[in-house]
This record gives sequence, C-alpha cells and structure tokens, in this order.
Amino acid sequence: MVNLNFIYSEIFLCLAIMILLIIGVFKKNSSYLIYNLSILSLFGCLALILSFPINANVELFNNSYKIDYLSTYMKILLILSGIFVLLSSSKYIQIIKINKIEYPILILSSVVGMMVMISSNDLILFYIGLELQSLSLYVLASFNRDNILSSESGLKYFVLSALSSGLLLYGCSLIYGFSGSTNFNLISENINQDSYGLTFGIVFIITGLAFKISAVPFHMWAPDVYEGSPTSVTIFFAILPKIAALTVFIRILYVPFLNIIDQWQIIIVFLSIASMLFGAIAAIGQKNLKRLIAYSSIGHMGYALAGLSTGTNLGIQSSITYISIYLFMNLAFFCCLFMLRRDEKYFENIEDLSGLSKNHPILSFSLLIVLFSLAGIPPLVGFFAKFYIFTAVVEQSMYALAIIGLLSTVIAAFYYLRIIKVIYFDPEKEKYEKNHNIGLKVSLAFSTIFILFYFIYPSPLIEIIEKINII
Amino acid sequence: MDFPILSSLILLPLLGAIFIFFSKSKSNTHPTIKYLALFVSFANFILSLYLWYLFDPSNADFQFLEEQSWIKGFINYKVGIDGISILFIILTAFIAPLCIVSVNSTVKYRLKDFLVAILVMESLMIGVFCSLDLVIFYLFFEGGLIPMFLIIGIWGGERRVYSAFKFFLYTLLGSVLMLVAIISIYWITGSTDITYLYNLGIDEKYQYLLWLAFFSSFAVKTPMWPVHTWLPDAHVEAPTAGSVLLAAILLKMAGYGFIRFSVGLFPVASEYFIPLIYILSLIAIIYTSLVALMQEDMKKLIAYSSVAHMGFVTLGIFTFTQQGLEGSIFQMISHGLVSAALFLSVGVIYERMHTRLISNYGGLVSVMPKYAIVLMVFTLGAVGLPGTSGFIGEFLILIGAFKKSFLVAAIASIGVILSAAYMLWLYKRVVFGEIKKDEIKKIPDLNRAEIFILSVLVLPIIFFGFYPEPLLNTTEISIENLIEMYNTNINSNLVEK
Repeated sequence: MVNLNFIYSEIFLCLAIMILLIIGVFKKNSSYLIYNLSILSLFGCLALILSFPINANVELFNNSYKIDYLSTYMKILLILSGIFVLLSSSKYIQIIKINKIEYPILILSSVVGMMVMISSNDLILFYIGLELQSLSLYVLASFNRDNILSSESGLKYFVLSALSSGLLLYGCSLIYGFSGSTNFNLISENINQDSYGLTFGIVFIITGLAFKISAVPFHMWAPDVYEGSPTSVTIFFAILPKIAALTVFIRILYVPFLNIIDQWQIIIVFLSIASMLFGAIAAIGQKNLKRLIAYSSIGHMGYALAGLSTGTNLGIQSSITYISIYLFMNLAFFCCLFMLRRDEKYFENIEDLSGLSKNHPILSFSLLIVLFSLAGIPPLVGFFAKFYIFTAVVEQSMYALAIIGLLSTVIAAFYYLRIIKVIYFDPEKEKYEKNHNIGLKVSLAFSTIFILFYFIYPSPLIEIIEKINII
Repeated sequence: MDFPILSSLILLPLLGAIFIFFSKSKSNTHPTIKYLALFVSFANFILSLYLWYLFDPSNADFQFLEEQSWIKGFINYKVGIDGISILFIILTAFIAPLCIVSVNSTVKYRLKDFLVAILVMESLMIGVFCSLDLVIFYLFFEGGLIPMFLIIGIWGGERRVYSAFKFFLYTLLGSVLMLVAIISIYWITGSTDITYLYNLGIDEKYQYLLWLAFFSSFAVKTPMWPVHTWLPDAHVEAPTAGSVLLAAILLKMAGYGFIRFSVGLFPVASEYFIPLIYILSLIAIIYTSLVALMQEDMKKLIAYSSVAHMGFVTLGIFTFTQQGLEGSIFQMISHGLVSAALFLSVGVIYERMHTRLISNYGGLVSVMPKYAIVLMVFTLGAVGLPGTSGFIGEFLILIGAFKKSFLVAAIASIGVILSAAYMLWLYKRVVFGEIKKDEIKKIPDLNRAEIFILSVLVLPIIFFGFYPEPLLNTTEISIENLIEMYNTNINSNLVEK
C-alpha cells in the first residue's frame, strides 16, 4: 500500500480545483469568490507541505514519485510565487475583463502539473506533469481572446511547445530503448557510457527542457508570448514554469546522467553562454517592457544554467539560489507594471515610464532597486545571485564561462540603465492612478524589501539551500 | 566588545539617508532636510576626527577591528583601519558636509533625493576604505555606482545621460574582472580576509593574472591613460557637488586599492608590472597635461589635471619607497582638497554666468577680489607651489622616483612644469585681463556661505603645506610595514628562483 501522506498537498490541490469548478458552475458571478478561494487553497497546500518533515526522503509509486528536500523546497517556492502572482494580479484581471472562473482554476491546474514535474522521478510521470502545466498555459496565454496579440501568443506557444514536447518524447523513448527503463534510478544503474542512442536521447530531452525555460536557441516563442499574453499571465510565465523546469533539469541531469557528464556539460555551457549573450544584446533595442523582460529572462536563465553546467552540488545550489532570487526580482518588476494604470488602461512601453520619479517617488524607487538588482549591482540581491553562480563556476576553473557571463552583465546593464534613465532623467508625463489593491502593494513591498535588504543578513537563504544535496 | 566606531561611521549617513528619504517634506526644497543632512554628515566628520584621536600611529596592525559572521562559513563582515585608510576616511567625512553646504546654490530641484544620494555615497565610500574583506570591499566599491549614476544623470548638465552611462558602464566593465579574481582568490586560498591573505601570501604563479584583473578595475577608476576618457565627461556634466565627490574621493578609491590590494596581495606581480605602470603614469602625466593646456572648458581642464595628478600617485605607489608611498597618499589627500576646492570655485562663477567656457571670462579680479584670492591659493595648490599641500606630495613622489630611476623622475618633473603652465594660464585667462563682457561687471563677489566653504578648504591646503607632520606621522609606520612585507616577499621569491 502506497503511503499517500506525502502527496496530500497535490491531492488537496486537485480536490480544490474540482470543488471550485463545481462552485463556478452552480453559482452565478462567482469569479471573485473563486479567485479568492484559489489563493486560499494555495495557502492550504503550502500549509500541508510544511506540515510534513522537510527533510523526508521517500519514493512512492514504484519509485516514480520522489519527495525529498529538493522537491519540497522547490514546491514551497512554487506555491509561494503562485500566491504572490495571484495576489498581485487580481485587480488587473478585473480591469481587462478576463476575470472568468476558469482563470484561477487553470492557474491551479498548471501548478499541480508543475508539482508533479518537480517530484517526478520517472520519464513518464515527468511528461504527464509537463503536459498538464503546458495545456493550462496554452489556454492562459490566449485568455484575453478579444485581443489579437493574446490569441497569437497562445497559438504560437502551443505550436512551438507541441514541437518541443515531441522532441522531448522522442528523447524519452530513445533513453528507454537504450537503458531499458523510464525510472531515473534504474536508468542511472543501466547506463552505458558509449551508447550514442543515449547521447541523442539526452540531447533531445535537453532541447525540450531548454524550450520550457526559453534558453537560446530555443527562445523564439518567449518575446512574443510575453508581450501578447495578459500581463497577469506573463508574470506567471516568467516565474513558475522556470522553477519547475529547472528542477527537472537538475533531476534529469544529475540523477540518471551524472556519470556521462562529459556528454552534456558542453551542451549546457553552450546554452548558458548563448542565452547570456543573446539575452543581453537582443534586449537593447526593445521598446515594450514585457518584451524586454522576456529577453532579460532569457539572459537570466543563462546564468542559472551556468550554475547547472558545473556538475557539482555547489553549482546546483547556486542555480537554485539564483532562481529563488530571480523570482522576487521578477515579481517586483511585474508588480510595478501592474501599477502603471490610468483610466482603466495599463501601460507597458518604456516611454510610458518617462519622468515617473517626479509623480511617483516610491514606485520609481522600487523600480530603480529592481532594475539595478536585475543588472546585478551590489549590494542588491541580484548581485548575490550572480556572485553565488560565479563562485560555483570558478571553483570548477571554468574561467571562460565566468568572464563571458560577467561581461554580458555589463552589456545587460545598459538596457536596465536605459529604463532608469527614462524614469529618472526624462521629462514627466501624466500621473498614474494611485489606488491599488492591498495584495499588489503587499507583494511589491515584500519583494522590494527583500531585494534591498537581503545583503544585511544573507545567511538564512544559503543555509536552507545548502541542505539540497542530490549528488 | 568596544563601541563599533567604524560601523557607526558607515551606518550613520545611511540611517540619515533613510530618514530623509521617508521624511514627508511638502516642498522639495525645504531647508530642514538640508540641515538634517548637514548635521548627520558633520557628526560623522566629528566622529572620524575622534577616530583619528583614538588611532595609535605607532602600531602597524589593523586597528578598531570588527568581525561578524555574514555569509556563514564563507565571508565575514570585517572592518578595520591602519595608517593608510584612516586619512581617506577623514577626507571623505570632511568633503561630504562641504558637498551638502554647496547644494544651496547648485541644486535647484529634487533636493531631497540629492541629499539622500550624497549621504548613501558617503557611507559607501567610508565602507570602501575600512573593509578588510575582498567581497565586502567589492560590495562597497561597486555600490557607489548607483548613487553616482543618479547624481550625474538627474542633476547634471546637457549631456548628462551620455556621461552617466559612460561612467557607469566603464567602471562596471573594469570591475567585473576583479570579481572573477576575488572569487578565484577564495578558491585558491580559502579565504577573502585581507589580513589572513597578507600573512599567507598568494602563490606566485597566480599573482600575475590576479594582478591584471585588479588592475583593470583600478586603472579605470583611477583613471589611468588610456581608460580615462569617462572622467572628463563625468566631471563636466556632473553638478558641482557630484564633481567634488568624484574628484575628491571616488578617484582615491582606486589609489587606495592599488596600495591595499595590488601591492599588498601581489607583491611579485607588482614588481613585475612596474614598467607598465611607469609608462602609463608618465603618459598620463605628460599627455593629459598637454591636453589640459588646450581645454576651453574649465571643468574639463581640471578633470584632465586630475588624470595627470593621479598619474603622479600611481607612479609614487609603484616606487615602493617610503617617500614614494607617503608622497602618493599625501598627494591623494591634497588632490582631494585642491580638486574639490577648484570644482567648487568653478561652481561659484558658473552659478553667476552659466557658462564654463574660459573665453567668456576675464578680468574677474576687479569685480570679485575675494574670489581671486581664494582661487589663487587653489591654483597654487594644484601647481604644487612650496607652502601648499600639493608641493609636499609631488616632492616626495619625485624623491621616491629618483631613487628608482632617474629617467622616470626626470620625465615626471616635466609634468610639474606643465601643470604650472596650464593652471596659471587658466588663472590668467579667467581672473586677469580686461573685462570683455558687460555681464561680468555686474556679478557679485562671494557671499557668506561661499566664503565659508572655500576658506574651510584654504586652511588645510596651506596648513598641511607648511606642517605635513600629522599626515605623514599617521601613515609612516603602516607604510614601513607594507614595504617591509613587500621586500621580504620579493626576496624570498628571488631566493626560490
């Protein structure tokens, strides 16, 4: 008999989704209620995860579902960001009129998919989780169906994502064929270093995953989807799937395939360098903030991959630190975007920020902090994220990667500075509205304070992440 | 545990800045916040003087050490000072209140934000001079970019955006290699604690690359030829207080870095790269002096003269003689005072005429006699006339250089003559001659606030010119210690070979 205790959180969320669907069907105009109930159910899910011992290490369902410190940490991160995303975007979806009952339910179901991905220890289960989250995301991307850009982005994401899923599946089948199993533990036992089929399998799987975290050269969808989707979905895209995909990346590369690190290390290094440079250079010409943040996230994923490419525990930990910090920076950035509202309209171009600092000193200060932090300037938290990554990279004497990475931060600093220039140096425009809902304010305040004051006491985050030890 | 005086020096301006940022002043030019900022920075200055009083110059070790676990098992927050760093801390604490006083006439809008930026800048710069851990140092060193970028960009002149970007990207580019070097040092030795590294020493084979990485950062910040081009732009476009901060303190961070890190941590590599430093310093001295001669913009001229003066500083540091190093530190302090004074003086007439072009002035002596007097003192200070602090620094550096190489010293001496040429010519064109324009006839002489600021700067320039002992005494033992450490390292390396 399988011990179901450990997946109470997933079960709870699935039940919550069904109950919410039923409420939505039988109760008229219940979108607001359902939205709030979804936030509550995420809180409940978080409480359930925390109620179990964090350092448990169990494998369920014939070793295909793994609950360990890594998965617990990542799930907590995932659910926390889910809560923040929902809290911050509640007003937005009302104003652009996408406050349907399906919206929060789709978000919840994609969160369930991600939780399955995070815990999966088996290729098949991993694929099921991936598809659950992707299918929800296709719908979410095109949720603003009256808007042509939104429909376009949903379709684009669907077509490209389906293609990458196909590649991924092909990779899975190759690996199954050459190792005789879909379970990560068994694959690692049966692995044969010289088999080309296995190498091809890894390449296809990496391709599929790189697509999910939008690493170059599989990034094409990101700018269009980021720009076209409603901002409340973009913030979701920018944070949650990355957490899940990074965890899977770590698990696949480091559990079954650690022994053939020579085969995949160079691929990850290439993905990392290409993403860092491309993200930095391509963002320079952008005018739309969402598009810009898409390129910036491509670059940031490059740094996370740089940590992964080291093949050490320190590297994994630095990547996880990076994604944890990146989450808060992105959250704060999008919260600022949600505040650019005037006459029931949201503004998302760089020039709309012109002279913002004169009328909205606090908001501009938050943006200033976020942007400098994204650029990695000390003493803000973004610097520490990069610092940990490069500490891990230099430990392995991968100097070229470290130097290219740091040079691309200089290039990237240029476009962040350009936004700051518009905010602080340019002449002012009309004021934006100042009445925002409390959830948005709390999210922004929380993330800004974290970004600004992390340097005072950096130890706790490191201590938590140090316990992740999967090699 | 004693009273953490260094941390208080760092934190006090920061707390003041936070308080001012959140204070609700209705009008942005409300005087209370200015007095508050002034009070905070002045209190910091008093505190730094008290630190000097407590400081024991006969002890070569680091004093007032504070150590606190920061990132567990990785980096400790460690601060402490020796005879070299204490002077820079006092200089910083001295210049900051002057900047705040000078905002009266120069900052017309968003006074509150400006004061916050200046105070944050002050605490970061004090942090740079007393941190004893490479990562902490880097944090303060790079953190200074943010407020300075804003100071140039928001309150600067016409080409402020260009200058702010150039300043930021140049210095960031220089510094990233230093970050790689710092991380490498951690993996090579297992620590980033400077006192530990001083005792341990770094293996010779790593030193060359590490030295170059640190050099790339300090060379940009110093600035040395050929990466000095950001400085004239930043100086010209920055508001007066920003130029003062840049010239008086920011440039000194690199000189300090050379002494503390390049020489202290990588003695063998420092010895090896002496020719490189000498050549770049000499080019800086001669070439930028010539460039300064041709400038038509007063601030640009002073900016180029700063590059030349910093050339003397790097030259002095890498003579590795008692005189050369003492002279370099003295020259940095003196240049901090003189260049701050010159920028403030230019600010004074810029406020009245709204032009910095030298050709628009002339004959100021008859309408602004008091101004002519103080400017004379500063000009002579920049020239290095005996009796001003500028003389002591250059003189000591040249003595040090003569010990090392006659040729280098001889070429550097030409720089002294050139500096007299461009400074006196500037003075002649601005102050003497006939009054060419009618507007000049109407401009008023110095007001009381200006007299106060400028005379506060005149005093130390002349005082230390006649009586340099207090400064030299403070640095003497620490420098002896540094040179001794340097020589033992070099000798043991020769023995190994």
